[in-house]
Amino acid sequence: MPSLLRPTLRTLGAAASAAAVLGMVGCGGPSPVEKATAEKTLLLGNAAEPQGLDPHLVSGVIESNIIRALFEGLCAEHPSENGTPLPGVAERWEANDRFTEWTFHLRENARWSDGHPLTAHDFIFAFQRILNPRLGSEYSFMLYYIIGAEDYHQRRRTKAVCADAPALPIPWETIEKEVNLSGNPEAAEGSFENKGLDHLSTAELRQLREEPSLFPWPASIPRDTGKFLIDQLIAFDESGESLWDKIGVAATAVDDHTLHVKLRGPMPFLPELTKHYTWFPVPEHVIHEYGAEENRFTEWTRPGNLVSNGAFTLKSWRINDHIEVVRNPAYWDADQVQLNAIRYFPISNVYTEARMFFNDQLHATYTLGPELIAYSREHRPESLRNELYLGTYFIRCNVTRPPLDDPRVRHALSLALDQQSMIDNVLQGGQKPARGLVPPSGEYESPDLVRFDPEEARRLLAEAGYPDGKGFPDIRFLTTDRESAKRGAEALQGMWKEHLNISIGIDQMEWATYLSTMFRKDYDLAAGGWIGDYLDPTTFLDMWQKDGGNNRTGWSSPEYERLLREAEQIADPLARYRKLQEAESLFLEERPILPLYWYTRNYLIHPDVKGWHPLLLDNHPYKFVRLEDSSASAE
Amino acid sequence: MLRYLASRIFQGFLVLFALYTITFFLVKAMPGDPFTGEKNIPEDVKRNMREQSGLNDPLFVQYLNYPKEVLLEGSFNYSIKKKRPVVEIIVQAFPASLALGVSALIFSVMLAIPIGVLSALRKNSWIDYSGMAVAMVGICVPSFVIGPLLQIGIATRVPMLKIAGWDSPVDIVLPAITLGLATAAYLARLTRGGMLEILSQDYIRTARAKGLSTGRIMIVHALRGGLIPSVAFIGPAFATLISGSFIVESIFQVPGMGQHFVNAIIDRDEFLVLGLALFYGLLVVVMNLVADLLVGFLNPRVRIAELDA
Repeated sequence: MPSLLRPTLRTLGAAASAAAVLGMVGCGGPSPVEKATAEKTLLLGNAAEPQGLDPHLVSGVIESNIIRALFEGLCAEHPSENGTPLPGVAERWEANDRFTEWTFHLRENARWSDGHPLTAHDFIFAFQRILNPRLGSEYSFMLYYIIGAEDYHQRRRTKAVCADAPALPIPWETIEKEVNLSGNPEAAEGSFENKGLDHLSTAELRQLREEPSLFPWPASIPRDTGKFLIDQLIAFDESGESLWDKIGVAATAVDDHTLHVKLRGPMPFLPELTKHYTWFPVPEHVIHEYGAEENRFTEWTRPGNLVSNGAFTLKSWRINDHIEVVRNPAYWDADQVQLNAIRYFPISNVYTEARMFFNDQLHATYTLGPELIAYSREHRPESLRNELYLGTYFIRCNVTRPPLDDPRVRHALSLALDQQSMIDNVLQGGQKPARGLVPPSGEYESPDLVRFDPEEARRLLAEAGYPDGKGFPDIRFLTTDRESAKRGAEALQGMWKEHLNISIGIDQMEWATYLSTMFRKDYDLAAGGWIGDYLDPTTFLDMWQKDGGNNRTGWSSPEYERLLREAEQIADPLARYRKLQEAESLFLEERPILPLYWYTRNYLIHPDVKGWHPLLLDNHPYKFVRLEDSSASAE
Repeated sequence: MLRYLASRIFQGFLVLFALYTITFFLVKAMPGDPFTGEKNIPEDVKRNMREQSGLNDPLFVQYLNYPKEVLLEGSFNYSIKKKRPVVEIIVQAFPASLALGVSALIFSVMLAIPIGVLSALRKNSWIDYSGMAVAMVGICVPSFVIGPLLQIGIATRVPMLKIAGWDSPVDIVLPAITLGLATAAYLARLTRGGMLEILSQDYIRTARAKGLSTGRIMIVHALRGGLIPSVAFIGPAFATLISGSFIVESIFQVPGMGQHFVNAIIDRDEFLVLGLALFYGLLVVVMNLVADLLVGFLNPRVRIAELDA
């Protein structure tokens, strides 16, 4: 029926010409990046929606990228030099000879964005809050270096109250060893045994005094000792004294502008640590306005409520859309700040992010998929960045299961990994073959013990009882369900087959399932990785101690822990590094993990962005970043 | 009519409660918990986190507490990961999903109904074959292919359009097309089928015999009956469209509900999963009811049959 068709065609024609007109109208306008450069607004890809902006309740890089714009610690990040702290809230600082006592002198003109003066008391409040066990911060351990901080966070109340009590009937060491102070997670939820003596409330303690059988007192503890402990704890609770003071956590505000901390061992790199957001101040006057300090769900970090002390303040936050921060006029160094605003986009789709960059919608991407690196090199070489990043990819071995309980098998598996081939053919991101666990940073050098040597691998495997892979048990490699993880796992599987003639199965699991399977140690080999929190080898070495929650291999060594403890007491930085190298060498000789490569960061950045230099921790201080129209200067 | 409505609402309520029960126990059965992260969290810290979200209570108490809080206090609790009320998250995300869903639906109806009607009218002609071929492509090609093709093919060439983002009204165009295409394809085939059936009815032949124009026959007599299958489909399809699509949202950076659905499950964010599931359930229940009422309006036989029942 042509009569019906004709109007349709006409409508289509009209729509087409309208689109063409729209197109022409749009042609003349500047792109979002051009417009943003003119307005000095930095447009950044930021991978995902942050889990929050409370520095005490986050633990990821995505959140850190925003929090570093909003808040500032005692020391600040250098724009181009790794490990060089610049003055932040503290204008200067000094340490004793052993680096165990530090004094930070806070600038008198430091202000919160609402004009409130920022004092040393804000830092003390922040330390108390992040260490408050009721808040449930995931990152409190970053402050454990302060004397008493760990005891406070673990609420070691009995120790603080009773250890030095003159009338203590038996030595404290016996009590500490025998009595269930910290709780037993295996016991019935909510029972006294489950909670542990340290965590019982005053009412529960009273109940316990009446009925001692409610708690599993060991036979070695006389009844009167138990009663003594309970009485002391009740008396302490009733006295109203704070546990912070009772423990004597060694962070004090000497006056409004002087902060003093005592550490449990020498820490020449403390200023480095204070650049991490766990050490940042938080505004007590604002947090209290919106609820109890330990409440995780208050609204103090919302736009309009959030008060910060960094170069920027929070302007808007639309979930899954963007977060915008704008220049903070109350910032002490506001004249240095060149940007008017930063917009963070939580773009989880890496292809969308790259397309947005190529279409001039972003100044910088968060990352760049390996498939897009070659394309970017060809089309936008001036924008492509490949920078070393403080992180190591490795494979965990569950050393509690045969055959991985044999170090020779672990070594064989490690020596069969052709790291360079993996990097060139699978990862394609310019990563570096890991020669050890700790990536190169500063003056510390990882002992060069990891290499590709299939001959030696075969020899070791034969020595362990599996010549040419014969009789090797069925073991499996656990990894995540990402496509890239699958590719990587298949490459590893191929290398083990080729060089050792063993077949290792692959288990791909969804992220949270993968994590909980690994936590349960229900695996043979598992993909893993670690990003350093600060520029010191201990950020990679500490986790492999026996009780380290991130160890998960079942491996431990008293000798390794002795070396770490010794290093903790060495004040001379180079001697300390040598001791840490010893520890790392021991670790690598045991090889509970198979280091594969050191991370790099691949991303795209627009030539308009100036003052953005490679940094190992990727913590770019935004106050030094500028936007200049590169096309204008090119002309 | 009122009795019918009341019974449907009661049924809807039962459906939602069953949905809650299934979701609740499925969430609890998933390995891991909302506090599982790459970095280990000490057990006592986890206990404190659980405490604040009421997750230390016995399972059955938790199972009863949630509906109690929903019904008595109107509280859907907090997202454990995002640390915001679940209601606030839905309120922020739903407008984007609604706008996108409505646009996608309008796009699909505008595209599918004419194609379906034309194909039925010109059955077995080139119009029919090409229309249905396009529809088949629309059904078969997934949105993660169409979306990037539109980004590369159109967004880079039409300067008003962006690759992704949600700032100006035109930003809705490409995601709406991507989201609406599959629905349009399905709808076109349903419309064609419905129209074919109606066009073979005696009363249409009578109308033709009376010499009525094709346009009049189509609009006054055929469309009303021919659209019944499509309308029945549009109800639940609309609920699906406005509750968000993870793929379309992540390709075009749309701050809608779809991303929350997927991420809440990955994060084991219990209360957010429950809130979203219930909200989606509510949408489906309401849209089904609306569609049934509309079908009743279009088709008197349905109305009588259901009232009799």
